[in-house]
This record gives sequence, structure tokens and C-alpha cells, in this order.
Amino acid sequence: MFEIFTQFATWLVVDVFGLSKATKLGDALHFFIEDTTKIFFLLLVMIYIIALLRASINVERVRDYLAGKNKGVGYVLGSGFGAITPFCSCSSIPVFLGFTSAGIPVGITMAFLITSPLINEVAVLLLLSLLGWKFTLLYVVIGMSVGILGGVFLDAIKAERWLQSFAAKALERGQQSAAITNSTASESLSLKQRHGFAKAETLEIFGRVWKWVIIGVGLGSALHGFVPDGWIENHLGDGQWWSVPSAVLLGIPLYSNATGVIPVMESLINKGLPIGTTLAFCMSTVAASFPEFILLKQVMQWRLLAVLFILLLVAFTLIGWIFNFISPYILS
Amino acid sequence: MKEIKVLGSGCAKCTKTAEVIEKIAQELNIAVHVIKETSPEVIMGYGVMTTPAVIVDEVNVHAGSIPHRDLIESWLLK
Repeated sequence: MFEIFTQFATWLVVDVFGLSKATKLGDALHFFIEDTTKIFFLLLVMIYIIALLRASINVERVRDYLAGKNKGVGYVLGSGFGAITPFCSCSSIPVFLGFTSAGIPVGITMAFLITSPLINEVAVLLLLSLLGWKFTLLYVVIGMSVGILGGVFLDAIKAERWLQSFAAKALERGQQSAAITNSTASESLSLKQRHGFAKAETLEIFGRVWKWVIIGVGLGSALHGFVPDGWIENHLGDGQWWSVPSAVLLGIPLYSNATGVIPVMESLINKGLPIGTTLAFCMSTVAASFPEFILLKQVMQWRLLAVLFILLLVAFTLIGWIFNFISPYILS
Repeated sequence: MKEIKVLGSGCAKCTKTAEVIEKIAQELNIAVHVIKETSPEVIMGYGVMTTPAVIVDEVNVHAGSIPHRDLIESWLLK
């Protein structure tokens, strides 16, 4: 079903631009055109369909649903909602405080916030079209596990001790009083309202991510066309132990969202970088970023931020090692 | 004079929201006092979880996006 994009790219590169696919430039350009057209098409269609389905989910309803849930279920649900609820990272502070003042434990809130940037409909879509369903499933399972286990760990060390004092007080108040239930009654939406929401959502998300797709695919194409075949495989292909923590550290100052990084993953994997190293690099790029941490400073003390930071580093490094070790058995 | 607060921790959309409200108020010749509120503690106090949010005379009327022109006019003309 995706051949049409390959044919289109071949037509444009070979017939219109007169380049040969055997040249580096022609090859890179072909990759770029094929991937951007495919991704743009998929994004427009799929965001619309997904938005139709999830029109009635929002952070307020998630909060009311999570408030008062028992902890074991809470982590899993928190992480699951993090994956499906739309919300912009610029809202992470109000969301954090909204959850906290409803008495939801810090671990469950963090399960939501850690999973959210890692998994969203755009990421899943890109993974499916570029890297196949097995890899997608793997990615979703790992992303959720990082959120869930991270949340469990933060509650186990009583992370709420290290909130900024006003946030800690809000949490205490929230846990004493019954959860606030000022949520709008769950109105059912008409098809027309859903269409309106889905249309606005598609334009909004597309308007936000198209440039990331271009950057990501551009980097991916450059890797694809200009890094000599075998170079990555020869130097990093054996999953040398140090390559994983190095990849994680390299990913931190690089800040991107999942949309920009997935086309790069595709190229890295095709060039022979082991799956675990690739995953570690990409998750670190997406989930651990300085701007996000500076925002979180408003509600957390340095100590908690440091713990969170180290937690993510360790988690991504472990993921890298584990998958470098087991990937020959599960993805071949 | 109406007091309008735009809540949001300095994101581009929040600045834009405040600007749009001021501009429309000027066009309609209505005196308003637009305040940009960025403190997370205050934002939490209004129970808002998505920004930008708009508070008109201490009532939360909008959250989560840059409000449409019609909506802003309806607050100003109320």
C-alpha cells in the first residue's frame, strides 16, 4: 500500500531532477521525499481518525478517574492515559499540580508525565510505517514500563518529600479531602462535535509537528545517503557495552520530540546500529531534556529533579543493554 | 473595568492570547486590564490544568487554547 510513495519519489528524483539513485545525493533525496510524503499523508489521515475516537478524553477526566484509584492499578492506568491523552509539554506543570492537588500520588502523576512524551499516536504511527509492528509493540511496552516502574520507584522512595512546599501542601490537602469532583458531567458528543474536534486537532498537531518531520527525515536521509555503508556496523555493530551509556548521554542535550527522532531511528537501524543502542539514544532524546527539567524545577526541589534525571538515565541504559542482548532472538 | 487574567507559564500561546484579548478590547473600545499570570501556585489555585486559561472577573471561562474571536467578544460585551 505504501509503494505509491516510493514510485512518486523515484519519479521525482530520476525523471524530474535527472539524478541517479546510485549517487549519494540522489539516494538521500529519494529517501527524504519518500519518507516525508508518506509520513505527511499518514499523519493527516490518522490523526483525524484517532481524534474522532478520543474526542471525549481530556486531562480533567483523567484526573478525576485516577483520583482515589488504588495504587497498583494507578501506575498502569496513569502510564496508559499518558500514552493516549493529548497534551502539550508546555502544560506539564499545570497538569502535575492539577493531579497533585486532587491527591493523586506523585508516582502515578509521574507515570503519566514520563510516558506521555514517549508514546503518542504520532509516534506509534511513524513506528508502524517505518519500522514495522514488532518494533512498535516493543517500543510501546518499554515506554509504558519505564513510566510504570519509574512511578513505583518514586513512591517507594517517598518522592513527595522533595516537592516544592506549596505543591506538597496541595498534595496533603488533596489526600485529606475527598477528591474534588468539579468535572463537567460526561457529556456524550455528537458526530458533528467529534468532527469539529478532530479537524481542529489534526490542523493543530500537524501544524506543530510538520517541521519536526522535515528535520528528522532530513537527518535520517543524510545518514542514509552519506554515512558509508558498514561504518556504523563496523564500529558500533556489536553493541559494545559503553556504546549504550554514551548514546544516552549524547541524547540528553539533543532535544527532540518523538516525531523528529523516529525517522532518524529508522536510518540508524538500517545502518546496522543495534536496536538497544538506538532505543536508548532515542528515548533519551525524547524523554530527558533540559527545558522540561527547568520547567519541573517550579514544582520540585533539586533533589527530586536529580533523582528523576538519574532514574531516566539508568532506565534507558538498562533498556539499551537488555535489548542489545536479546534482540537477535526476538526480532529476527 | 473588567479584569482579565491569562494563566500560563510563559508559553507562546499564552502571550498570544493576552495580545489578542487586548487588541479586540481596543477595537470594541472597552477598557480592560489584562494580567499575565505565570506563577504555578496561582494557576493551581484556579484549578486549571491546561494553558492558556482565561479568568474574567475571577471566573474561569476558558482553558487549553487560544480563544476564538467570538468567544472573546462575548466575554467583553457581557
